Amino acid sequence: MTADTLFSPPGRVDAAARPTGGFEHRHAAHCESGAISGLLRHHGVPMTESLAFGLSSALAFAYLPFIKLSGLPLISFRMPPRAIIKGLMGPLSARFRFETFRTPEAGQAQLDALLAGGQVVGLQTSVYWLPYFPPDMRFHFNAHNLLVYGKDGDDYLISDPVFEEPVRCASADLARARFAKGVLAPKGLMYYPRAIGRRSVDAAMVRKALRKTARTMLAPVPIAGVRGMRLLAGKLDRLPPGDPHSVAFIGHMVRMQEEIGTGGAGFRFIYAAFLQEAAAIAGLPALERFSERFVAIGDGWRSLALKAARMVKGREAVNPEAVAGKLRHQADQEEAFFRDLKALVR
Amino acid sequence: MDLDAVPQEGNTTLGGHRKAVYARNAQGRLVLAPSRGWEAEEIVTSHAVDTLMAQARAARARVEAGLSSPLEYWMYACRMDVALLAQTSGFWQWRVRRHLRPAAFQSLSATQLGRYASALGLSVDALRRLP
Repeated sequence: MTADTLFSPPGRVDAAARPTGGFEHRHAAHCESGAISGLLRHHGVPMTESLAFGLSSALAFAYLPFIKLSGLPLISFRMPPRAIIKGLMGPLSARFRFETFRTPEAGQAQLDALLAGGQVVGLQTSVYWLPYFPPDMRFHFNAHNLLVYGKDGDDYLISDPVFEEPVRCASADLARARFAKGVLAPKGLMYYPRAIGRRSVDAAMVRKALRKTARTMLAPVPIAGVRGMRLLAGKLDRLPPGDPHSVAFIGHMVRMQEEIGTGGAGFRFIYAAFLQEAAAIAGLPALERFSERFVAIGDGWRSLALKAARMVKGREAVNPEAVAGKLRHQADQEEAFFRDLKALVR
Repeated sequence: MDLDAVPQEGNTTLGGHRKAVYARNAQGRLVLAPSRGWEAEEIVTSHAVDTLMAQARAARARVEAGLSSPLEYWMYACRMDVALLAQTSGFWQWRVRRHLRPAAFQSLSATQLGRYASALGLSVDALRRLP
């Protein structure tokens, strides 16, 4: 075994090995919104991934220079892990049971008991220890969400929202993934609904969620929302162009944007889809135009990512100030967008 | 992003897997579409993987030269650093750093080796030497 072969090839995708016991797997752009919407649909709530994302006001931006990931600052394009799940509890008057465990044995015993009772269970896991992930995607990231809907011999039957088809995972691997240590350690976290008070989404919930996102994005704190983007742009301005650290920083920024849980542009497109749904639910046809505008903003993020990535690859001269300029442009666009949105749903 | 602009560039870091993205269809509705990935993502992911591999290779050379213990190689090969290995193994960071030295590593007890081995997902035997 060497570093190159340490990661076994991705697990066999298992489409038809066993009926899913009435559970419907759906591919999603983001793990947490995908997992919670799948779980809610299973319990009869007509929930889509984008509705779950928008209704929980999960869209955000934060630049946290004091939290380091391998020496580089945390840049997030959404609210922290579990915000989507927790954010849906209020609007749906739902109560979920959240359990963590001291030992993997206890966690597995409880999971098996729930599965035997026919429950579909949400889990927080590390990505690194899940053998069905592509080897190059297996980093030590602890806030991945997936659903377990059954067990076949020693294999758990898993609906991982970011995979096209259901997958399986051996119990030892899943135990490692659930009890991985480090930042955001899942401690075996599992969740499932105990009671769901409302099974439909109304105009008031949507308006409230829109107001909350506008407030987050325009928050008067330097590290969050559009101000966070400008703070990050200032940091980029000060990077020396010739330093390898600058390249690492720019690459890291794009990774935080494009890969860690679908990233900046991806979240913008999910939110744009939510705005279309919101237009119908809240009876605000004007939101259709906002959706179009936000798609354009998402495209701006994509073009920023591409430019930055080409610098990392050496196809373009490394120019942190040019990246900062594009970032400021995004901040301006989003600021105007959320000011208008705030005025609309006031 | 329009549906026909959804990237299908065959990003190798995805290992043949497809990601879901939202894109606009001909009617202007945003729908979910599978994507084979795109250049920007591939560049930064492989850059990060290459950095980790380079660290593992450098560590390997140090182990072969007798300057480091195999623990350093395995730490990087498992995509960890000292801080993460300290968290997963339960040793303090200064002790982990010390155990990266060959002499300190040699004097580890079987239990201590076992803690590192289980943190890294290896057998104690594999941990003791280079692959």
